[in-house]
Amino acid sequence: MQFSELWLRSFVSPDLDSDALGHLLTMAGLEVEEQDGVAAQFSKVVVAQIVEAEKHPNADKLRVCKVDAGQGELLQIVCGAPNAAAGIKIPCALVGADLAGFGIKAAKLRGVESFGMLCSAKELGISEESNGLLVLPEDAPVGTDLREYLDLNDTLFTIKLTPNRADCLSLTGIAREVAALTGKPLSLPASEPVVPAHDAVRAIVLDAPEACPRYAGRIIRGVDAKAATPDWMKQRLARSGIRSISALVDVTNYVMLELGQPLHAFDEARLNGAIHVRLPQAGEQVLLLNGQTVTPAADTLLIADESRALALAGIMGSEESGITLETTDLFLESAFFAPEAIAGRARAYGFSSDASYRFERGVDFALASQAIERATQLILDICGGAAGPVNEVVDAAKLPARAPIRLRAARVRRVLGIQLTADHVAEMFTRLNLQVARDGEDFVVTPPSYRFDLEIEEDLIEEIARLHGYDNIPTVAPKGPISMLPRPEARRDTMSVRRLIAGREYQEVINFAFVEEAWEKDFSGNADPVRLANPIASQMSVMRSSLIGGLVSNVVTNRKRQTNRVRVFEIGRCFAKDAAGKPVEGYHQPLRVAALAAGLAKAEQWGESNRNVDFYDVKADLEALLFPRVAEFERASHPALHPGRSAHVLLDGREIGFIGELHPIWVQRYELGTAPVVFEIELEALLGTLTPAYKELSRFPAVTRDLALVVEQNVTAASLLKGLQQVAPAIVQRIELFDQYQGKGIEPNRKSLAFRVVMQETQRTLEDAEVDAAMTALTRHAEENLGAKLRA
Amino acid sequence: MDQLDQLVAQAGADFAAAADGAALEAAKARYLGKGGSLTELLKGLGKLDPEARKTAGAEINKAKAAIEAQLNARRDALQQAALEAQLAAEALDVTLPGRGAGLGGLHPVVRTLERVEQLFRSIGFDVAEGPEIETDFYNFTALNTPANHPARSMHDTFYLENGEGVLLRTHTSPVQIRAMQAHVEVYKDRDTMPELRVIAPGRVYRVDSDATHSPMFHQVEGLWIGESVSFADLKGVVADFLRRFFESDDLQVRFRPSFFPFTEPSAEIDVAFMSGALKGRWLEIAGCGMMHPNVLRSGGIDPERYTGFAFGMGPDRLTMLRYGVNDLRLFFEGDLRFLGQFR
Repeated sequence: MQFSELWLRSFVSPDLDSDALGHLLTMAGLEVEEQDGVAAQFSKVVVAQIVEAEKHPNADKLRVCKVDAGQGELLQIVCGAPNAAAGIKIPCALVGADLAGFGIKAAKLRGVESFGMLCSAKELGISEESNGLLVLPEDAPVGTDLREYLDLNDTLFTIKLTPNRADCLSLTGIAREVAALTGKPLSLPASEPVVPAHDAVRAIVLDAPEACPRYAGRIIRGVDAKAATPDWMKQRLARSGIRSISALVDVTNYVMLELGQPLHAFDEARLNGAIHVRLPQAGEQVLLLNGQTVTPAADTLLIADESRALALAGIMGSEESGITLETTDLFLESAFFAPEAIAGRARAYGFSSDASYRFERGVDFALASQAIERATQLILDICGGAAGPVNEVVDAAKLPARAPIRLRAARVRRVLGIQLTADHVAEMFTRLNLQVARDGEDFVVTPPSYRFDLEIEEDLIEEIARLHGYDNIPTVAPKGPISMLPRPEARRDTMSVRRLIAGREYQEVINFAFVEEAWEKDFSGNADPVRLANPIASQMSVMRSSLIGGLVSNVVTNRKRQTNRVRVFEIGRCFAKDAAGKPVEGYHQPLRVAALAAGLAKAEQWGESNRNVDFYDVKADLEALLFPRVAEFERASHPALHPGRSAHVLLDGREIGFIGELHPIWVQRYELGTAPVVFEIELEALLGTLTPAYKELSRFPAVTRDLALVVEQNVTAASLLKGLQQVAPAIVQRIELFDQYQGKGIEPNRKSLAFRVVMQETQRTLEDAEVDAAMTALTRHAEENLGAKLRA
Repeated sequence: MDQLDQLVAQAGADFAAAADGAALEAAKARYLGKGGSLTELLKGLGKLDPEARKTAGAEINKAKAAIEAQLNARRDALQQAALEAQLAAEALDVTLPGRGAGLGGLHPVVRTLERVEQLFRSIGFDVAEGPEIETDFYNFTALNTPANHPARSMHDTFYLENGEGVLLRTHTSPVQIRAMQAHVEVYKDRDTMPELRVIAPGRVYRVDSDATHSPMFHQVEGLWIGESVSFADLKGVVADFLRRFFESDDLQVRFRPSFFPFTEPSAEIDVAFMSGALKGRWLEIAGCGMMHPNVLRSGGIDPERYTGFAFGMGPDRLTMLRYGVNDLRLFFEGDLRFLGQFR
C-alpha cells in the first residue's frame, strides 16, 4: 500500500515529522517498507517561461535562452536540452539554488554567460528518467516556487500490510489508525447523498446471500467518459502507484483508495434485465478485462444480468460489459462480498486484482452506500451526467456478525505480563473506535464493521499491546520451574555425531533435498521417486531418496574449482514412497548420514608416500563413528557402487546402510577423475551407543599364539573369524587378524590369513596343556568346518 | 719419585690423545694392563725391603689412582662427545608440519544451530524435530490457517505430485503441534502438565529463489508453554538469546506488531548493531508472539489454563549477519573454499 503523506495529512495531521510518522506506523504494525520524498531536496527552483531560444554561437548542441522567471528582467541561460524552445514553461533553478547539494552559480558556457539552469524531471528527482526539460502546463504561474506548484513537499510511504489489517488498505483506514495512535482529531471527507435526477433503477437479486449479503447499484446517465481527470486526482493516484486511465476508472480507483471500497462500473447500455449475484452455471465462461478467458469454478461468485455473466464478483469485470470512452450511461456497483467467497479464487486463476486483494481480506460491510455516494458526486463533478436513486439490496442476517467480545483484566495481565488500569484500557478502546461496556472487572467490546481481525479476547489484548506500545512492555528474565533435561548416556546427539565425522577430516555440506531425476536412477535405482507438483526447475524436480547424488555433485563443483581432494558429509532427510510411512502417511523420511572421500588419502604432505583414498580408509572412518559398537559388512550390490567393492552395513543383524566405491560408470559419466568411496547409513544407528560395563582385569600373564590358515580366495576374513570365535574356549580373550598374504608359497586361488590368539584367566596362570588344547580346537574347527589348512 | 709423576703426566697426555674408546683402551693397557708400566713397577716392589716397599707401594698406588682418575675422566668426555655427535646427527627440522590427518568442519549454518541449541538448552529447552514432507493439516490448518486464508499466500508452497493434502513444510511451526501432542500424551495421566520448552531447528521449503531467497532454507522454531508465560517473558528470552548469540550486550532489539495466524499478539523482531558494517540499521531477524488459543487447542492444551509463546527465526540469516556472508546461495553450493572458512 503506497500513499502520499500530504493526502494522509488532509485527514489527520499529527505533530510529527515524516520520519517520526513512519516510525509511529512501523511500531504500530503498519511496517513502512519505503519512505521517499516525491522529489529530491532542492530550493530556489521556480516556474519560468522560455521567451527566446537561439543557437549558441560556439556549440551546436547548446542554446542560449532568454527566460522569464518572474525576476523582473529576463535571464540569459545556456541550455543543452533538445526540447528547449521559445514559449514552453519549465522549471528554472535560479542563481543560488541548491539542487540536492549541487549549487547553481552564474557561469560562462563556451563563452556565453548563463544565469541559472533549466531543469529536467530527473535533475529534480521527480522521476528516474526524463527526456529533456520538464514541460509544465501552459497556465503554470511564472515565478511560483516549483515545490509549491507541484506539491513536491510530500513523502511517499509504502507500507507492508499484514493480512489481518485490511482496514488499512485505504487512506481513511490509515488516518483512523494514526488518529487512534496519536489522539489527534480525524476529519474525513464528507459525502452527502446525491439527490436523484431521474428514477431509473436496475433490479438486483442476491441469489447467493451468504457470499454477497449487500449490493448497491445506481444508474448514472449522460456522462462524458472522455472528460479529463483533474490534476489533483491524477497526482494522488500517481502517488499511490496507480496510473490514470480515464475519468470514470480514475474515480472508482480514487474512492477505493480514499475509503477502501472497491467499486465497479458497468456500461449500462450493455446490461440486460436484473443484476444477479450468483454462482456459475455449468460451462459458463467469462472473458475478463485482462484478456483472460476463465471458466469459473463452482465456488466463484459471479455478477450477471439476465443473459450472461458480467464479472467475477469482487475480482474483475468482463471485457464486454465494461465501460469505455464511448460510454454515456453507466451502472455503478458498490457491494460487500464475504472474504470466504473471494479468498483464493483470483489466485486460482493466476492473477490478483486490487479489488480481490481487499475483498478477500475484508472490506467494511457498512461502507457500500457511502462509497457509491462519494463516487457519484465525483463523477457528476468531473464527467457531468444525471444520477438515479441508489438501489441497495441487503440480507442483513447474512452480514458479518460483530459479536461482543469479553475481555478479562486478569487475562490481559497474564498474557502481556503488565498491569494496566481499567480506565487506561477503556480509553485505548475508545481511541480505536470500539464500542465498550464495563462489566465489573471485565470489558465487553464490540468491534466496528471495518475490523475483521477482532474476534477473540487475544485480538483485543493485541490491540492493547499495540496502543500501549510493544516497547513499553518490559523485557524480563523469565521465571519457570527448573528441572534437568534427560541426557541418556547411551545416546549421542546429532551434533556430537557431526563433530565425530568432522574429526575424521570430512567437511559438512548442506545440499538441496530436491534433485535431478537422473540422480535417483543412477545412485538409487529408483524409478518412482517422490515428485514435486510445482518444482522451480527440472533439475530440482524430485525428492532425494539418498544423499549420495548431492555429495557426488559436490565433487564435480569442487573439481571445477581446482579442488580434487574432496571429503564431504551430509546429515539430512531422504524421502521415499512407503505405505507404512510415519508420521506422514505414505512417505518414509528418515534422517541419514552420508560421507564421500575422493582423491588423495591424505592432504598433500611431505612425510609419507601418498595414494588415493580406498575402501578400507573410509571403512575405518565408518567403524570409528560406530565405535564402540561393531558393525558387520556383507558384500552386496548397490546401483551406485562398484559391485566388487561394496557392502551392506549391519548392526545387531539389521541393515543400516551401505558403503563402497562409486561404480566406474558413474565415475566416468560424472567426470570424477578417481573413484570416490562413499557410505550412507541411518542417523539413528549412530545415535545409539553403549554405556560402558566394567570387566575384572586379570593379574595373571596372558599367552599369545599365532594361527596362520590357508583358505580359498573367496572365503571372507569375517566368516573365518566368526567361525573361530564361536568355538573358542573360555580362556581365549580375543582373536585378531594381523596378516593377509597371497603369492609365493601359497597356491593360486588361495590366501593365508594369520590370526593372533590371546588367552588368559583371571584367577590363575594358564597351563601349557590347556593353551595347546585351545589352539588345537581352533585349528581343527578351521580345518574341518571352514575349509582351511594350517599354513606350512 | 719423579719417575712416577712423569708416568702420570705421560698417561694423561696419552689418554687425551686417544680419539675414541678403542684408542683409550689401548693407552690404558700401556699403563694399567698386564706388562703395563705401572704394573711392572708394582711387580718390582717385591725386591725392596719391607719399609721401603711400604713407602714405594703407597706412592705407586697413588699414581695408579691418579692415572685411573684421568682414564675415567677421559672416558666420560669421549662418551659425552659421542652422545653429542649422535644428538646433533639426529636433529630434526622442527618447522616441518606434523604428520597425520587434518580436520573437517561443520557447515556454517549448523555451527549457528549448534550455538542456538546450546544457548536454549542452558535455560531448559529440549530439541525436537519433525517431518519435512508434512500434511496440510499440520503445516496450516492446525496453525489456525484454514484453507483459503490470505496468510497462505505469504508462503509459496511446494506440493507433491499425486499427494493429496501433503506438501513440503513451509516453516518449522508444524513441530509446535507435534511437540505439544507428544508432551500431552506423555503427561495425560497427571493433574499438572510440566512446562514445555522446545526448540525445533530444521529445513523448510518455499517456491522462491534469488540472492536472498533459497527454495530450501532453515528455521528454528521455539516454544515455551506453562501456567504463567507472558509476552514480557517472550521479550526477555528472545532479547537475551540475541545478545548472547551475537555476543553483544549493547545489541538493540525491538519488537513491533505484526501478524501470524498462529500467534496473538504477534511481533516481528528487529535488531540493530552498535558497531560494524551494519551499525544502526534495523534488521528483521525473527517473528514471534503469544501462541494463539486455537493453536494450543490443536496441540491438545487448554488455553485457559496454559499460555505460551512461540518464535521462529532464520539461522541462515543469523549466520550471514554473524560472519558477514553476503550471498545466501553460498551455503548450498558445497564449495569447500567457502565452507572451510568456518572450522
